[in-house]
Amino acid sequence: MNFLQKTSSVLLLLIGAAATAAQADEAKQGHELFLKRGCYLCHGTVGQGGIAGPHLVPDTLPVDAFSAYVRTPAREMPPFSEKILSGAELHAIHAYLISLPKSPAADSIKLLPKPGK
Amino acid sequence: METNNSGRRGFLKGALAASAATMVAAPGESAAQAAAKVPASASGPSSRTVAAETMGSHSAHDDELTGHVHNPGSDFMVDVFKAAKIDYVAVMTASSNRGLQESIVNYGGNKAPEMIVCCHEEAAAGFAHGYAKMAGKPMACMVHANVGLQHASMAIYNAWCDRVPMMVIAGNTADATKRRPGVEWMHTAVDQAVMVRDFVKFDDAPASLQHYAESFMRARSIATTPPMEPVLIVADGELQESPIEDRQALRIPKRVDVSPPEGDARAVAQAAEMLAGAKNPVIVVDRAARSQEGVELLVKLAEALNAPVIDLHARMNFPTTHYLNQSSLRRKYIGAADVILALEVDDLWAVANTVSDTPGRPSKGLVKPDARIVSISANYLYAKSNFGDLQRYQAADLPIAADAQATLPSLIEAIAHATSAARGSVIAARKQPMQAAFAAMRAAARNSAALGWDASPISTARLCQEIWAQIRNEKWALVSQPQFESFWAHRLWDITEYQQFIGHAGGYGIGYGLPAAAGAALACKGTGRIPVNIQPDGDFLMVPSVLWTLAHHEIPLLTIMHNNRAWHQETMHLVRMSSRRERDPESWRHGTLIEAPYVDYALVAKGMGVWAEGPISDPALLGPAIGRALAVVKRGLPALLDVVTQPR
Repeated sequence: MNFLQKTSSVLLLLIGAAATAAQADEAKQGHELFLKRGCYLCHGTVGQGGIAGPHLVPDTLPVDAFSAYVRTPAREMPPFSEKILSGAELHAIHAYLISLPKSPAADSIKLLPKPGK
Repeated sequence: METNNSGRRGFLKGALAASAATMVAAPGESAAQAAAKVPASASGPSSRTVAAETMGSHSAHDDELTGHVHNPGSDFMVDVFKAAKIDYVAVMTASSNRGLQESIVNYGGNKAPEMIVCCHEEAAAGFAHGYAKMAGKPMACMVHANVGLQHASMAIYNAWCDRVPMMVIAGNTADATKRRPGVEWMHTAVDQAVMVRDFVKFDDAPASLQHYAESFMRARSIATTPPMEPVLIVADGELQESPIEDRQALRIPKRVDVSPPEGDARAVAQAAEMLAGAKNPVIVVDRAARSQEGVELLVKLAEALNAPVIDLHARMNFPTTHYLNQSSLRRKYIGAADVILALEVDDLWAVANTVSDTPGRPSKGLVKPDARIVSISANYLYAKSNFGDLQRYQAADLPIAADAQATLPSLIEAIAHATSAARGSVIAARKQPMQAAFAAMRAAARNSAALGWDASPISTARLCQEIWAQIRNEKWALVSQPQFESFWAHRLWDITEYQQFIGHAGGYGIGYGLPAAAGAALACKGTGRIPVNIQPDGDFLMVPSVLWTLAHHEIPLLTIMHNNRAWHQETMHLVRMSSRRERDPESWRHGTLIEAPYVDYALVAKGMGVWAEGPISDPALLGPAIGRALAVVKRGLPALLDVVTQPR
């Protein structure tokens, strides 16, 4: 590997690390917003959903569709306009949701037996 | 003056000593009783007068009183309690009921009825509410005149909306000339019952003991006839405390249970014809079952049609394990139905329609235009205007005024008659799709429950399943409302017996939870059934003193806090308001969160004499903690576990 190749690799690593850190920061900010703006009240702190609101993870909507729904929701969810939730904030919330680790599968949970077992 | 008074007192004391020395008590008679018989001599004052003057409370009126009542009217009132088979009276001690309370203890021996000591009248009425649903019979609650009845009113309202019988006894002093100045005037009313008349089925203020006995028995009978409701009897203070003039002349009517009304035979046959010929029949149940027999009849009915059952959970109606219980698929089946059978459904309009909580509150229909509704309900036999438990009017195509459970045997038989071979084939063909839909519904519930399984605060699905793992092999009952935990118990537990679930509050009045759970636990006591109360924190804070009552009477109840540290329903309303108005999006916290400080529920419980642990936020620690709490309950004592949870 020549000098140019080495330098490029290091730069790529640095750029990748910076991007990861930025994503982590955005997800962290999104987590705070998710709690402060009350998203968790209907959807749960990790987006698991419940009787008051559908689950947001896994299979989180792509960011554009997610944003469009939050701005003009159907049914009883209130609309969150740009005035009270900026585009950047919406992106941060989305970043939080997609950063969440997957929950275990139902079949792997002993306390969730199949019916009749 | 002082010298004269001393001289007078000295003379009186001397006279009293001389008088006492000459008294001889008859066998079985106390000295005090004997003293009371001795007439005052002409030359000296009576011992009563001596005592009164010495203590400075003498009046001419006092001299006229004997001071003893050996056959008070309240003893007869206890006889009425016993004849009516009232086993318990939840009591918040109060002067307007002092005669009755004393008679329950000293005349009745504090057994059947036994007093359950409460610290608030709302708790006393809530206790009676939960007890009746588990025991299948009413108990009484005894509340103070005016202020006590005002305290009790919300819990009575819940029971009224929930169609639950309860005997409410309120004190009063009707005769204004018998009230002492001040507080006794504040605590009496011309018409005591008016405060709750809109939400009791019957009330009376008897003017004599015979009147009392007849009204009490009438009230009990009315309360336990569908639609069952609370009733109120005012126990006048003078009736309680004055002597019975002639006990032999008093009669207590016998206790009778009125047969619940069964649907008209022709209407039932018409309903059967509609159901047997339907392509997509749906059965909706709310308070359809009143006993295990009702649950079993509903299973027979559903199987006769292979119709999906949508349970609205006001009672335990239909086993969650049965393939026809498709409650989570309500919208799908209601939207496709050609015939809907509604059994004791409070809100028929909401079965067929919905109102969106969006600006303008638009409503829309949920059923096909040609869908027909058959409604069997005792609600057609009873209505009041002021409070809105009637809900919006929905005209059924075939309304039948009757008790659903009483009508089920004839309806099942009529369906069998109306089911031809061709119809039978159609009905049979529904079985496999229903079984497949049920399996898919349960699988979806399991998958949803797995989401956030390891989250902290603990998910409500995890909370419910940790409890279920510990009780599933016991004889148990869920004595709390399931909606606050996203109905996980009904989606995942095997609920098959009537007494395994007592339904919801009825009137949605917060403060129902802990008292009603405690009342249900009282009914479970000694039966081996373990009552489980998943207790929301906001509701707990209304009447936490129920914990003391549980400890005092050693009533075993497993209480697991669903502590989301909020009046959570309201948080969502406030987010809705600020978002619509484009105002401060974080303002929903004000007035809705229970924080700064967090309440230490375990400490509160310990202070009331109840075993407690918590708060627990780590899901890995939850199972063992529930095990420890359950062990306490199995020893016959209450236990509380504080668990910090997700909102819903």
